[in-house]
Amino acid sequence: MSNSFSQGQAAVVEGVEVPVAVDKHAEIERSQTETVGEYRVADPRMTCRDVDVFYSGSQAIYNVSLDIGKNEVISMIGPSGCGKSTFLRCLNRMNDTIDGCKVAGSIQLDGRNIYDKSMDVVPLRARVGMVFQKPNPFPKTLYENVAYGPRIHGIADNKAHLDHIVETSMRKAGLWEEVKDRLDQPGTGLSGGQQQRLCIARAIAVEPEVILMDEPCSALDPIATAKIEELIDELRENYTIAIVTHSMQQAARVSQRTAYFHLGKLIEVGETDQIFTQPRHKLTEDYITGRFG
Amino acid sequence: MNNTPQTRSVKDRLEAGLAARYRRERRFRLYGMLAIGLGMLFLALLFFSILSNGLPAFQQTYMQLQVNFDPRYVDPRGNGSPESLAAGDYGGLVKAALRERFPEVSGRREKRELYSIVSTGAAYQLRDMVKADPGLVGSTTRVWVPADDELDMLLKGHTSDLIEHAGQGIVSLVEDGDEVRLLSTSNDFSNILQAVKHDLSREADKVERKRDQLQDNLQAAQQQLERIEQAIQQARDERKDDARIARMEHQREDEQFRLEDYRQKMARAKSVLDDLRRRTETPGGQEALTKELPSYLVAVDGGLVKLTAVSNTEAIGRVLMPLQSQQDAAAGSWQILEYETPESSRRLKDNALAWAWDLQRKGQLEKRFNTTFFTAGDSREPELAGIRGAVVGSFYTLVVTLLLSFPIGVSAAVYLEEYAPKNRWTDLIEVNINNLAAVPSIVFGLLGLAVFINFFGLPRSAPLVGGLVLTLMTLPTIIIASRAALKSVPPSIREAALGVGASRIQMMTHHVLPLAMPGMLTGTIIGMAQALGETAPLLMIGMVAFIVDIPGGFTDPATALPVQIYLWADSPERAFVERTSAAIIVLLGFLIIMNLLAVMLRKKFERRW
Repeated sequence: MSNSFSQGQAAVVEGVEVPVAVDKHAEIERSQTETVGEYRVADPRMTCRDVDVFYSGSQAIYNVSLDIGKNEVISMIGPSGCGKSTFLRCLNRMNDTIDGCKVAGSIQLDGRNIYDKSMDVVPLRARVGMVFQKPNPFPKTLYENVAYGPRIHGIADNKAHLDHIVETSMRKAGLWEEVKDRLDQPGTGLSGGQQQRLCIARAIAVEPEVILMDEPCSALDPIATAKIEELIDELRENYTIAIVTHSMQQAARVSQRTAYFHLGKLIEVGETDQIFTQPRHKLTEDYITGRFG
Repeated sequence: MNNTPQTRSVKDRLEAGLAARYRRERRFRLYGMLAIGLGMLFLALLFFSILSNGLPAFQQTYMQLQVNFDPRYVDPRGNGSPESLAAGDYGGLVKAALRERFPEVSGRREKRELYSIVSTGAAYQLRDMVKADPGLVGSTTRVWVPADDELDMLLKGHTSDLIEHAGQGIVSLVEDGDEVRLLSTSNDFSNILQAVKHDLSREADKVERKRDQLQDNLQAAQQQLERIEQAIQQARDERKDDARIARMEHQREDEQFRLEDYRQKMARAKSVLDDLRRRTETPGGQEALTKELPSYLVAVDGGLVKLTAVSNTEAIGRVLMPLQSQQDAAAGSWQILEYETPESSRRLKDNALAWAWDLQRKGQLEKRFNTTFFTAGDSREPELAGIRGAVVGSFYTLVVTLLLSFPIGVSAAVYLEEYAPKNRWTDLIEVNINNLAAVPSIVFGLLGLAVFINFFGLPRSAPLVGGLVLTLMTLPTIIIASRAALKSVPPSIREAALGVGASRIQMMTHHVLPLAMPGMLTGTIIGMAQALGETAPLLMIGMVAFIVDIPGGFTDPATALPVQIYLWADSPERAFVERTSAAIIVLLGFLIIMNLLAVMLRKKFERRW
């Protein structure tokens, strides 16, 4: 099959020019289902091995193995319904809330399997935080939104400490300057971008090790999106971030590693540059060049 | 422009159908408005009937008496001690005061009628006054006491319709012992005569109809007798057994008895009819005003005369209220009071009407706001009856219901919504809860009777048991409303809470419940409003007893407001009719307030996600 969008031409994807060019054709045939590329990293924060996920009997994730390294941003891309959100939610056991969802395989955080019977899901979710697609601040005050996590986990010693945590988290989320004099207003009164930053502040207030982001910018306008992407870059210094995204430019801009999912399987994983300029699997190349997705 | 036959017919068809569619819509709107109009009409009728019946009950008639706290009555032991004062004859005080007010009353029967115009509660009122202030002993004061309910009905116009005729001519009177003769220069009395004759002729018509009815009965009885005779003869011929013949002869005797009865009644009716016809057909003459005819009282010269006979020229009467003088009265300065309901059809006799007339004239009988209605418990006497006992009983019952049904209902809803596994058992539970909401409430009463009273031995008629039964009844409502409120909390809030590391319980109590609370409260208030108006289950557990004391706690026997309404509706006194409606007004008032509260809560806490 000839690929008319290769050889130095910019591809047109989602109506916008993709600032990457595939300069070398993929070689691995579409029929191959084994993961292409190195999924392991040295000194990972989380490791996943042979993960299968079933929704009421029908399988959604097939035998995925992936490492998430310390202080890196790894993005997961793929067409709709390919299982990237499902996989992401496995990492902090949010799939437990879905009836009939079964997870097989091993997912380890710092050497301990998080699906072990002895593992308490409550502190797990404090260590692996999550930011959702649609901003969902609590219908409480801004202060309360961020203070809630530290309060229930008993992180703060006293009020002054709690105040400090709130301020720090909001500063880290880039929200403090905008709202510092209206902390007692309801969280739902902010704009979309501010709400999402509030959710990020809320997530980092409990000092997580990993932050999972499920399409955090899909409900936001481009300016807010840009702000959030800037924020992700800053957060990388202190946190590990796994981000699911529909936008390939975002993945290209923000992440160091990229994993491409297709129909529940991990097709290819590797450095972001390499994935977007020299994808080795034909399916990856098809997606990146806009053939489908 | 594509003008093919195809498109043109579509366009035409569209336009042709348009008129019909608009007509249909207009008709539909009309039906809707008619339905609403009908509903509003019935609502208006309901309110009008309840209010017109019930509002007069908020006024009670009081009488002013000059009471002399004679120590002979009040202090029987003569030592002024509280026990002595408590044992005094306060009824006697009231009677003495009445005798003093109307000294012309004599004879035991008339005196008894006089004493009955004041409520029996007056004696207790006087005793309470003396208990509060023993210094009253020996003094004379004016006291306003409640009048008997019959007098109350008189002032509210239920005893009889009253037509006042102003005197047309000059009336002159001659007192002759107990009797008074009145002569009028105009046709005042001949008008009365005509009215009387008219009444008599209506009465005659009625008697005639009765006689005709008797005639028919007589004929039927005669025919029946003949048939029985024939049957007996036949039985004799056929040599049937003696027992049967004896039975038939017995029947014949019965029939003969009946025949004789009819004959006698007919004879009586005939004679009455003849008499009435004679009286009505002869003009003039004198007619006696019996108690089956309307009462005519003449107010003249400061007194009241009850007419006992009337003719074209003069009237004869008996003095009910003493006359100040015997002067002639000019036209317009005297009245004839016609009470249309005859004395035999009412409970207040003419002498009581006269006393009421005199008291009212002197400003000693008036209607005041009926505070007793709100401060007293139930009573056999309407003027002393109040809803306080029922309201307190209802309050205690509702408190028990609220304290039990709210936590249980909310907890059950939370469990079913969040924690229960989705399997057959929970489906069964859900179906049962929905069914329970539709079970007739009296079944819960039976359950309460069998389980709470018989098995657990709780006191009968207590608000505790009533509350338990009503809890069972409102629980399905609260569970269903709470589940709907919980379902309406968006899952994004739950996920956000879980994502921060809240446990299931923390997510529920910190985030979901506060957001679902307005809906739950609305459901609870509506459930409480339902429980307030329930009668059937309370009847079963015995809250239908006649409770006079205000209940002091949850285990005292009590009644509830709807049950009180039911009990009063059963009572024969006319005054209870209006009190029933007044109690309904109070109950409706509470229900409207509670439902308004529910609506306001809902509006206030409505959130937009």
